[in-house]
Amino acid sequence: MQSESFTLRSKDLIGVLILAALLFVILPAILDPFRLNMVGKYLTYAFVAVGLVLCWGNAGILSLGQGVFFGLGGYCMAMYLKLESSSIEATKIQSTPGIPDFMDWNQITELPFFWVPFKSLGFSLAAVVLVPAILALIIAFALFKRRVGGVYFAIITQAMAAIVTILIVGQQGYTGGINGITDLRTLHGWDIRTDGAKTILYFVNGGLLIGCILLCQFIRRSKLGRILVAMRDKEDRVRFSGYDVASYKIFVFCFAAALAGIGGAMFTLQVGFMSPSFVGIVPSIEMVIYAAVGGRLSLLGAVYGTLLVNWAKTSFSESFPELWLFGLGGLFIAVVLLFPNGLAGLYRSYVEPRIDALFTRKRSPGADAAPGAAPTLAE
Amino acid sequence: MNATPITDQMAPDFLLAVEGLTVSFDGFKAVDDLSFYVDENEIRVIIGPNGAGKTTVLDLICGRTKATSGSVKFKSTELTKLKEYEIVRKGVGRKFQNPSIYDDLTVFENLEISFPRGRGVLGALAFKRDAEVRERVQHVAETIFLADQLNRKAEFLSHGQKQWLEIGMLLIQDPELLMLDEPVAGMSVAERKKTAELLNTIIKDRSVIVIEHDMKFVEDIAHKVTVLHQGKILSEGSMAKVKADPKVIEVYLGH
Repeated sequence: MQSESFTLRSKDLIGVLILAALLFVILPAILDPFRLNMVGKYLTYAFVAVGLVLCWGNAGILSLGQGVFFGLGGYCMAMYLKLESSSIEATKIQSTPGIPDFMDWNQITELPFFWVPFKSLGFSLAAVVLVPAILALIIAFALFKRRVGGVYFAIITQAMAAIVTILIVGQQGYTGGINGITDLRTLHGWDIRTDGAKTILYFVNGGLLIGCILLCQFIRRSKLGRILVAMRDKEDRVRFSGYDVASYKIFVFCFAAALAGIGGAMFTLQVGFMSPSFVGIVPSIEMVIYAAVGGRLSLLGAVYGTLLVNWAKTSFSESFPELWLFGLGGLFIAVVLLFPNGLAGLYRSYVEPRIDALFTRKRSPGADAAPGAAPTLAE
Repeated sequence: MNATPITDQMAPDFLLAVEGLTVSFDGFKAVDDLSFYVDENEIRVIIGPNGAGKTTVLDLICGRTKATSGSVKFKSTELTKLKEYEIVRKGVGRKFQNPSIYDDLTVFENLEISFPRGRGVLGALAFKRDAEVRERVQHVAETIFLADQLNRKAEFLSHGQKQWLEIGMLLIQDPELLMLDEPVAGMSVAERKKTAELLNTIIKDRSVIVIEHDMKFVEDIAHKVTVLHQGKILSEGSMAKVKADPKVIEVYLGH
């Protein structure tokens, strides 16, 4: 028992180290700042995909509204940045100087009350995590306490994505409407538009992602992680073993929402704007596809899946823009039908056994490596 | 032990007192004004034809189904108002009819999840697999004949082993009242014998309610038998008394 979990832990760790080497050494060495920034943008979606692995893969809760949480995190960050770039001097040509430009265009003459706290960086950073988590808490509490689950939950989250998009687009004076919040310049006085700043943000983003993956690995290794899997298998058995199943679902849904919020904030910082096109139903479903392609049971797989699908999206939509959505749909169908555990599943069934066999042979020359014997990578 | 006056205020109550329990689904009374009492350390077997409401009675006691009226008192706590997990924490364990185990986890992990510690979200995060947990899992695994299967994924167990595993998951909770729904259904003759043996070892210091169709098995283990028919009690008492009851013979045993 002991040695098996130890092996698992070191395998997890090796995987994270390989990903870290890719993100921090290999990609920065081979990509120019423009392409690196693009990878940075893709990686912000990986926060959502990693959260979906816990929420959907482990706990069996499919959310088709993760874009909302990604967007809320992004908007919290964008509101801070927008206020900073809307100083009185910078906006003196407006009829009301000192408020964001889109408010001025919409005949708003005073900063709305809910914008005021976003003048503080500390508040904004906290809001990036807390606003998505609190919305998730409200939804999860209302639904899971009433035992709404499965496909009904997925449909309701999708409706939520539609509602929030309509709300943002409709309240143009408060949210920037369909254009979103644009023209963001500095973070606490630091210009985020330069190549240098973008490279630094790429590394910050990578570091946060690795940190989130390690946190998720900790959760999955704890008893909580096993309870999530148990709930997915036999919810009633968990309930009649003395657990309040709803509170576990609420926790994992809020946690995934908070991760998505961090991703959204990093998106805003690296791309320089946030708009409702990242909130709605289509981006939310795309995020589910990232996790599905990478493997919904694998945290690292979800990161690779996100990178791969986005890389494909960029290359395809550069040459055949009208075909891309068909390609994406086809990819999703192929994953569901042919390899339900995604890239990680393929790796696990075809590549990993060979690596294990290689290590076993090296460790014990001459001894027959019994097939199915516990891998001894970490002795 | 001199005769204790029954009127004594301190006389222990029944472990479980079900009184006037009724549940109706769209007007159909699946359980109709049912009353029965289970003593401490008693093995009670509930028998009856299909649709008599046996499983519904267990569902009502463990909170899976909400009663329309009536009361279920466990050690003088009213259970009908509590949530399922609260009822479990009071000391009521329930085994389902089909083996209900976690296929994707190992036998060890299946048992460990039922260990009564760290049941809150934070408690589960901080839960440590310490010596106490390991010993208890090992001990229960030996009792349920699965000590050599601890690292196996539960989905690869045989049907009988899955039934034992679920019984083990209840044992590790150490409930005062254990409810088993057809524990030997679908088992081979050898497995039945082993299960009867298992039940006889685990009933010490607890009460058990068993639903079973297998009459031979019932005779082996029952202290007292309750016969249900159309949501009502048809007969109650020792196996011999119930078997001789003409009403029981007519609706159940006769064919």
